[in-house]
Amino acid sequence: MNPIQTLIKELADVHGRRRESILPILQGVVEQEKYLSEDSMVEIAREIDIPASDVYGTATFYSFLEAKKMGKYVIRVCKTITCSMKGKNQVLLTIQEMLKIKLGDTTPDKRFTILETNCLGWCHKAPAMLINDEVYTELTPEKVREILSSYMKKNGQI
Amino acid sequence: MESIHQLKRADFIFRNENDWEKILGNALKRKNQDIIKELISSELKGRGGAGFPTGLKWKFASEAEADEKFIICNADEGEPGTFKDREILTKVPYKVLTAMAVCANIIGAKKGFIYLRGEYKFLKEELNKAIDEFHYYCNEINFDFTIKIFMGSGAYVCGEETALFESMEGKRGEPRNKPPFPTIKGYMGKPTVINNVETLAHVFTILKYGAKKFYDLGVQYSRGTKLFSVSGDTPKPGIYELELGMSLQDFVYEFGDGDTKAVQVGGASGFLVPRKNFKDAAIGFKGKLTGISLPTGGSMMLFNSSRSMFNVLDNYLKFFREESCGQCTPCRVGCQQLQMGIKAVKRGEKPSSYLTKLLRLAETMQLAAKCGLGQSVANSFSSIVDNFHEEMIY
Repeated sequence: MNPIQTLIKELADVHGRRRESILPILQGVVEQEKYLSEDSMVEIAREIDIPASDVYGTATFYSFLEAKKMGKYVIRVCKTITCSMKGKNQVLLTIQEMLKIKLGDTTPDKRFTILETNCLGWCHKAPAMLINDEVYTELTPEKVREILSSYMKKNGQI
Repeated sequence: MESIHQLKRADFIFRNENDWEKILGNALKRKNQDIIKELISSELKGRGGAGFPTGLKWKFASEAEADEKFIICNADEGEPGTFKDREILTKVPYKVLTAMAVCANIIGAKKGFIYLRGEYKFLKEELNKAIDEFHYYCNEINFDFTIKIFMGSGAYVCGEETALFESMEGKRGEPRNKPPFPTIKGYMGKPTVINNVETLAHVFTILKYGAKKFYDLGVQYSRGTKLFSVSGDTPKPGIYELELGMSLQDFVYEFGDGDTKAVQVGGASGFLVPRKNFKDAAIGFKGKLTGISLPTGGSMMLFNSSRSMFNVLDNYLKFFREESCGQCTPCRVGCQQLQMGIKAVKRGEKPSSYLTKLLRLAETMQLAAKCGLGQSVANSFSSIVDNFHEEMIY
């Protein structure tokens, strides 16, 4: 068994092999792999014995289940109204400048991906962003530089 | 009018109560009919925004015949401008769990779920600890009930109850036709009570302090208190518990920055109220005889005169366009066309009269869309286009 097959089998052991198990399994794969490859979706379908198209259909509905390879750290900047009013664009520009990539892209070293997302539920502390599951609020370009630098150092890169 | 500019603050939801075991124990001993009657007499209505009477919901589910039933707590808080449910689950999760258990006992459910939005995944660990502690107590008193967290994965429409069931069943989060309603056919086709996080927290208040205490707060048809998520151009953004029925004028007096041009009540799917209508608008459920009555999930976004209402509407429409599940044509195509339409008018590619056509399209969506998402796009669209017509054109 390859690592993906092992992972999916383990996830199915925990979450079951029913249709209702799909979302937790998909989430488990994304947590580990950062995205859903075609292979992993086919493998999930085989593991719980449903058509691969059903797995694909479910997976592609949800914005946090990416079908494109993502970086180790996925940065999701909230673009909904309050964050947008409170300086989301400056935050985004700062991130793009630091990582030298465009919105939606992944750094060549596969560490960071920048995305925009809809309301994160931090409107009273706008603007906000997620880095993986971690929340950062009341962002300013300075604060973003600090946060991102600490992530870059984590990877042994300054 | 009494006490002008005075908002009635309250402190029930976040008040730390250390007696949930006792509240639960007492409630389990009471007759089911008693509690249902009490909930109905409190006139508690769903705090997610739709405002269905909670007691009735529990009653219908308790009367449904089935081998299995479920209680689900809807924590898919995705409406722009809403962030109260996260705070409840962070600070007083045991209130929600207690109310879920009481509901389970009444309707005859053994399993409960909290559908937590993917954006709040960081809450999961702490919440699971609270659930473990809760299970331990249920075990101790021989009460057979378990709660599990089900994680969402970033889809606004899954806050719609039937879309949420689909999502939990491993499918795309596409809303179902109603009826049948969830109390008859919900998750896995079984009778299901699905309540908003805040609604369940209010149930705890009612269990502890009695229906009368709750009923005495607020105004006719809009009883009790409500959490308001305040954001935008305000010097004091945050979460506030207020009695229902307040006038928007008083609200703005308290929370505005002195230059408030409009308030969006109820998030992107709610209504925009311009300054000239503040004094006529009250926050509560339908049924008031005079003035405009605005139901809300508690999202209050303030805009001052530096904001372009065109940009605001464009931001909402982009949101809806992305979050529409795409299942029904009025919503899928409607959201796209509304956004393209206002841009075309702004750029001068379409005459200003085109806005009238767009208003009719929004009305069509309201009538023909399958679920609340598509139906409510017209709320913000029409209220913004009607009140800020010039800003849409120039």
